Amino acid sequence: MNKPFAITLDVGSSLANRTGSWRTSRPVYVDRLPPCNHQCPAGEDIQGWLFHAESGDYESAWRHLVEQNPFPAIMGRVCYHSCESACNRGTLDEAVGINSVERFLGDEALERGWKFAAPARESGKHVLVVGAGPSGLSAAYQLRRLGHRVTIHEAGPMAGGMMRFGIPKYRLPRAVLDAEVQRILDMGAVLKPNTKVTNILEEMQRARFDAAFLAVGAHIAKRAYIPAGDSARVLDAVAVLRDMEGEAKPLLGRRVVVYGGGNTAIDVARTAKRLGAEEAIIVYRRTREKMPANDTEVEEALQEGVMIKWLSTIKQAGGSSITVEKMALDGKGFPQPTGEFETLDADSLVLALGQDVDLGLLNGVPDLQLIDGVVQVDPQMMTGHAGIFAGGDMVPAERNVTVAIGHGKKAARNIDAWLNGARYAPPPQHELASFDKLNPWYYADAPKTVRPLLDIARRKSTFDEVVQGLDETNALFEARRCLSCGNCFECDNCYGVCPDNAVTKLGPGERYQFNLDYCKGCGICVAECPCGAIRMEPETI
Amino acid sequence: MEMQPIKFYQTGTFTVGNRLLGEDQRAVQANMQRTNSLNSGHRACQGCGEALGARYAIDAAMRASKNQVIAANATGCLEVFSTPYPETSWQIPWIHSLFGNTAAVAAGIAAAMKVKGRTDVRVIAQGGDGGTTDIGFGCLSGMFERNDDVLYICYDNEGYMNTGVQRSSATPPAARTATTMAVGDHPGNAFGQGKNLPQIAMAHNIPYVATASVAYLRDLEYKVTKAMSVRGARYIHIFVPCPLGWGAASQDTIKLARLVVESGLFPLFEAEHGEVTGVYKIRKPVPVEEYLKPQRRFAHLFGKQPATETIARLQAGADRNIRKFALLAEAVAHE
Repeated sequence: MNKPFAITLDVGSSLANRTGSWRTSRPVYVDRLPPCNHQCPAGEDIQGWLFHAESGDYESAWRHLVEQNPFPAIMGRVCYHSCESACNRGTLDEAVGINSVERFLGDEALERGWKFAAPARESGKHVLVVGAGPSGLSAAYQLRRLGHRVTIHEAGPMAGGMMRFGIPKYRLPRAVLDAEVQRILDMGAVLKPNTKVTNILEEMQRARFDAAFLAVGAHIAKRAYIPAGDSARVLDAVAVLRDMEGEAKPLLGRRVVVYGGGNTAIDVARTAKRLGAEEAIIVYRRTREKMPANDTEVEEALQEGVMIKWLSTIKQAGGSSITVEKMALDGKGFPQPTGEFETLDADSLVLALGQDVDLGLLNGVPDLQLIDGVVQVDPQMMTGHAGIFAGGDMVPAERNVTVAIGHGKKAARNIDAWLNGARYAPPPQHELASFDKLNPWYYADAPKTVRPLLDIARRKSTFDEVVQGLDETNALFEARRCLSCGNCFECDNCYGVCPDNAVTKLGPGERYQFNLDYCKGCGICVAECPCGAIRMEPETI
Repeated sequence: MEMQPIKFYQTGTFTVGNRLLGEDQRAVQANMQRTNSLNSGHRACQGCGEALGARYAIDAAMRASKNQVIAANATGCLEVFSTPYPETSWQIPWIHSLFGNTAAVAAGIAAAMKVKGRTDVRVIAQGGDGGTTDIGFGCLSGMFERNDDVLYICYDNEGYMNTGVQRSSATPPAARTATTMAVGDHPGNAFGQGKNLPQIAMAHNIPYVATASVAYLRDLEYKVTKAMSVRGARYIHIFVPCPLGWGAASQDTIKLARLVVESGLFPLFEAEHGEVTGVYKIRKPVPVEEYLKPQRRFAHLFGKQPATETIARLQAGADRNIRKFALLAEAVAHE
């Protein structure tokens, strides 16, 4: 005992005092589901690839993106990006321009020649994909990644489906489409163009396919009975857009009337303008609010001088004019005829009234269920006949490229499981990172970067691409606007704000860890986490 | 007072750090090698703003002075919860003074260092608002007047908290404490009393005076670093919410420290030789109610019959600050 007067204890550090015993609830690091990912029909991990793009590592971003979707350059042009409507940043200032960053990554990959890796091993199974549209190609890509041999039978002369024969060049340049399709073929998927499957069971037996994925799309134009004179020129939209890919462009005349209110109607009207029509008029029987076409496309069409006659139906078509009847909405919001007629000058009438599926190849297949002209599939994307899966426009769902790609991916994973005698179980979904989970104070105001549009004069006369891309600096800016909802982006806030130093920083890429010996459970880290990646959980005693 | 050289759009300049920034562009608190001057195991309440503020300030001072810091500490919460004999949470040379003489003790240490020729060693005096605005005020004023080479840091939690939440001369009007009960015609602390110590410090014409809040870490670290670059008497007044004394949720400490600034009740500014040289602009202005409501010490203002007149008086005080310090300069520019 060699201590001063009245001193009996050695001095020591407060580390001996384990204040963690005060705690009644503890913070836990979580990953929540960002609303963009939740919304994406193709199931992209958007927050995940933006995370890499934010640091300028575009190749990692691209590689992360293409795990779910092999077409970023196409998607970045034709996807209707419902992810941006779901984006939490929209509540703060404006949604992150996810679509434009996706396009930047897709274009960057094409420019730099990034390729898909070949599968590590071959499974020895052989899968038939019918139809080389977005759904079929997506399935082929995912099946190749899983090591299966894939043969794609395409009835048309080239791959792409509606991406080539439905979407005009000014929205999707063909060089981009060709390059992204080729990358899938380079993985070893075999494409057989001009090969129409007329009987799926016979074909599977003949070449000993282990499973089949059907994605033949919907190519048969719906007709409506319209009394037409002998000299009337009535065409269907699918044929017009398909002919645009051939040598002989469709002859539409100076004044073109398009009947319908979907995206196809808009595409045809804008195409007619570019082919030299002085007038392109869309006749639609309901109002703009009810129009199924995408708002941006309607807006771009109007800018280019396309005219739209709302609340009108076509009664009769003649050689140089058509007769329309005006409609009025009834109490329930349905259009009803008014008996009021009007005549429009028209050299041709194009019908864009929707499409039906050619189900001929399914003749004689037992146990199938067809409702409203489409094939019913179970949650595993399998038809009633074991081993035959289907997706895209030929199954009941919204018809767009993104949904089709999602179907292809989902079907591929289920086919893989089915081939192995198992059932695919998707990983459990995290809790949604809704806006109320965030602490938005930490995010600086930064309005969206708008992509430049082509000059209006050139848009009316040429098939040059209308929407231009972002360059590297503003793509990086846009990526960094991501709030990283529900997923830690290593901002150091929890590490900084803990009054008890009870958060350990593990270093770059390693995130953080709670030191429960000292955490008193105050919850400041939870309240001050900008992105909602920490949750408070009661202690079990 | 934007301290970050590159504009970073995802989280601006507001988070503690970020994986995309270099170490030198992040706050001291983001550094894996920060001093942790006030270490784990201290006995402060859950969510203590003072424990947080003390670590923020002293870690920044340690970095600014290459770890050559001696601190004198007045009696008060900070001393009681950090150093119950024989344990201490301090990882720096630290001395406990009396309640009222910290400024004098620190001035003595500074004089000793001068005699020894240790100009590299920097001296900090720290205490709560009781030890600063009330009990230690005489010694502090003397330290200012002599321009002793000491940085005095006041952690202001607006009352005597560890002795049972009594009123101090830093307690805001209308706040309920154990000695200003929410009873009678004018419940809570009286209007028109108390001291504004940052302004009193400015009146001494000392080289540097600043206010800071634990919700504005970058600004706080900037001010401590700036103060450490100056010789002579310096004063920093840091706003530190007290969940226990204010009747607030422990997770709301930083939120309250942010709302008090954004409402205009606590202006963030710095002054050199008695003149204001910089203010921190309010980014998202809020009415005072947003700051008052989460605190039970103001609950009597929001009963069945809200004390609209009292709230209006508090709002008027905030508006006066906003005018006086031009806290909303951008809005003025737009008019």
